Amino acid sequence: MSAGTPRSLASSGQKSIQDICHPLSAEESALSRIPDVLNPGSDLILPNGTPVDTSSPASSSSLLNRLQLDDDLDGETRDEQKYNITTEFDLPEYSVRRRYQDFDWLRNKLEESQPTHLIPPLPEKFVMKGVVDRFSEEFVETRRKALDKFLKRVADHPVLSFNEHFNAFLSAKDLNKRQGLALLTKMGESVKYVTGGYKVRARPVEFAAMGDYLDLFTQKLGTIDRIAQRIIKEQSEFLMELREYGPVYSSWSSFEEDLHDPLEGVSGCVSNCSSALEELTEDMSEDFLPVLREYVLYIESMKNVLKKRDQVQAEYETKLEAVVFREDKKTPVPSDVEKCQDRVECFNADLKADWDRWENNKRQDFRQLLTGMSNKNILYYEKCLAAWESLIPLLQDKQEAKGETN
Amino acid sequence: MVIHICLEWRKIAFCQCLNILDILFSVPKKFCTQTPRQSSDAWSLQTMKASREEKIYLRQKHRRTDVGTHNLHLLKKMEISVAEAEKRTGKNAVNMQETYTVYLIEMRPVDAASEGTNPVPDSLWRRYSEFELLRNYLLVTYPFLVVPPLPEKRAEFVWHKLSADNMDPDFVERRRVGLENFLLRVASHPDLSTDKIFYSFLTEENGWKETVFETGFQAKADSRLKALNATFRVKNPDKRFAEMKHYGDELQSVISQLLRVRARAADRLYGVYKVHGNYGRVFSEWSAIEKEMGDGLQSAGHHMDAYAASVDDILEEEEHYADQMKEYLFYADALRAVCRKHELTQYELEMAAQDLTSKKQQREELATGTIRTFSLKGVTSKLFGQETPEQREAKLKMLETQIEEGEELVKERNAECEEFVKSAWVDIERFKEQKDHDLREALISYAIMQISMCKKGIQVWNNAKECFSKM
Repeated sequence: MSAGTPRSLASSGQKSIQDICHPLSAEESALSRIPDVLNPGSDLILPNGTPVDTSSPASSSSLLNRLQLDDDLDGETRDEQKYNITTEFDLPEYSVRRRYQDFDWLRNKLEESQPTHLIPPLPEKFVMKGVVDRFSEEFVETRRKALDKFLKRVADHPVLSFNEHFNAFLSAKDLNKRQGLALLTKMGESVKYVTGGYKVRARPVEFAAMGDYLDLFTQKLGTIDRIAQRIIKEQSEFLMELREYGPVYSSWSSFEEDLHDPLEGVSGCVSNCSSALEELTEDMSEDFLPVLREYVLYIESMKNVLKKRDQVQAEYETKLEAVVFREDKKTPVPSDVEKCQDRVECFNADLKADWDRWENNKRQDFRQLLTGMSNKNILYYEKCLAAWESLIPLLQDKQEAKGETN
Repeated sequence: MVIHICLEWRKIAFCQCLNILDILFSVPKKFCTQTPRQSSDAWSLQTMKASREEKIYLRQKHRRTDVGTHNLHLLKKMEISVAEAEKRTGKNAVNMQETYTVYLIEMRPVDAASEGTNPVPDSLWRRYSEFELLRNYLLVTYPFLVVPPLPEKRAEFVWHKLSADNMDPDFVERRRVGLENFLLRVASHPDLSTDKIFYSFLTEENGWKETVFETGFQAKADSRLKALNATFRVKNPDKRFAEMKHYGDELQSVISQLLRVRARAADRLYGVYKVHGNYGRVFSEWSAIEKEMGDGLQSAGHHMDAYAASVDDILEEEEHYADQMKEYLFYADALRAVCRKHELTQYELEMAAQDLTSKKQQREELATGTIRTFSLKGVTSKLFGQETPEQREAKLKMLETQIEEGEELVKERNAECEEFVKSAWVDIERFKEQKDHDLREALISYAIMQISMCKKGIQVWNNAKECFSKM
């Protein structure tokens, strides 16, 4: 999957998308490897012309990271959950340890430096203490998967993948977060100074539509989340009853003779079904719900980008108006109005391209998510079916034997 | 609501050659058992869609039950069914208006059906209370038999959606089936089937009640107190009966628990399925704001709706399993009643024997003049002087008579006891076999039901998955 229109974006530097080989999206495998032209350690040039002193593989033309994100449950550093990130490349391989807050830092930096782009979301930052065990295996694993997805999406992105913060994140031994990298892009710098308070007047239809869609979509996702939670709850309560139901047959079998085996069989079956159900609810909790929630966060950040776009446009409109107003005075065409216009157009272009990419991703993600949900349910029923089918011959067995002796 | 179930007698006639006990043991249950040869899938689908008469036909075709050779006087000649239920209003004993349900009992000669003629069946209407009267009569008259139970008087072990109202059509229908089952069980019992009162229950609508009361059976009924007393005081009950009683207790306890938990689980299962219906709605709404994903989502939503709706049938099937279990819950009670009666008869024998022993002892004391045991007589004689020889003579004579009578009584009671033990044990053995067979069948049907439910689930989710993959 690549971006919708492979035209060169003004803000993505000198390289056009066509020159860059995209690793394919969410799948880890099926990455085509292209030989690395640059030697590690050679000088690399950043889009804006500044040399970088670290050899950062991420910014080379053959961007194919096999990002591996592993847990690092180190007993000694219990209060700091660290993640291992392994970036595989032709050579060298980078392996770093990062904490959640490092990811957070990265995302903030990306937002700052690439404000016209949609930055993928991180899993929720704050978890209520006491509600979720932050050191449980399940929680860490869920988080790890989300962080992995985050990195992959950034690596996927034709622009973000070149970001130096991203490079540093992947390779630097120590993230010096306070280091004021004077390497902001043109766009980043200018957008940073856009203040709020401008009201946009003529929002283009397409962006209005995007905003509306996102609002409705968020609503639907929220509803689906609630439904899924409710189902899990009902299933858990059903499970509780099943766990009491099975043993009743067992205790019955203890004072029966002929019926002993059939009753035990039923008890065993119910028990198998209970286990299958437990697995289903766990899977849904671990895999389904977090992904839904991630998307909600994703949409939040997208709405922010849309807002920023509105701001940029509003600023332009205001400035333009002021110029028109002053038309009688003989002033040179203000360059800052031109710059504003420029900004608006660049932002719009970036956003449109990112939107298309996002739509595609979204379609794939949800296809995968819902298919996954179906598969989990199918698996549950298949397990139960197998259990009950294997019971039938046992139940009928004695009867036939009896029938023969009659 | 009048429930019309028309039995197609012709179809049943086909099965004349088959053991009529087939009907007996499986008619009321709405789902069928499976022979080893048939695939559960086709079978269960077939049975679920079949109408009631088809189901009877199919069941007879596939299940043979051999419960020994029995005297099937009644069922050889007649086919019995409880065909309909109707609401009536009338004045009750205290002259108040009440609404009650009556059930139509139909009897049709077996031969007539095979000859191709279709005579109007003999039929009459009976209320539940009349069934109760019949059963009470049978209990008192045949205390050594495990008398088949009636369906429950009030709906118990219900899960929330099921109504506990006696007037609810579903409850009435299940009761109708239960009553038919009761009649068939009685009609196929070697001893009960020959009872005259039972026969007139089926044939004489008016005046039957009076006939029953004229038998004076109520006087023969043992008082609860008497029975309880015997239970506590009996010294040597037959071990087998003591074990049976214990078994009855355990069976009752475990089936109660089973029904309770099952009802709760049914409640929960209902919730799980129904909430999935919400997916249907939200997918539909969502599809409205999507372009390419819309169709897939919409269709998937429909499958979710179907999934949610499927639970109603599933739970209805399960209700019949619950009814089968309930029958044996009540049967456990009948079993215990027989054991209690044994205790009573044994106790009365022991009492008579004890009485005889003490009288013999008295005679000895009187004859030899020794007072071995401490007695009031002894004390008073010491205080007030001994009796005269004439008095003693009179007393001895009386005692002799009493002892003679006592010996007769003991003989009688002993014979009664032995007779009771013999007949009761035969019927208990018969019951055991019936129970093992029926419950095994019930479990098989239950498993088949679960299999069908799983298959439906797989199908629905596969359909949904296909829709999702087209998103």
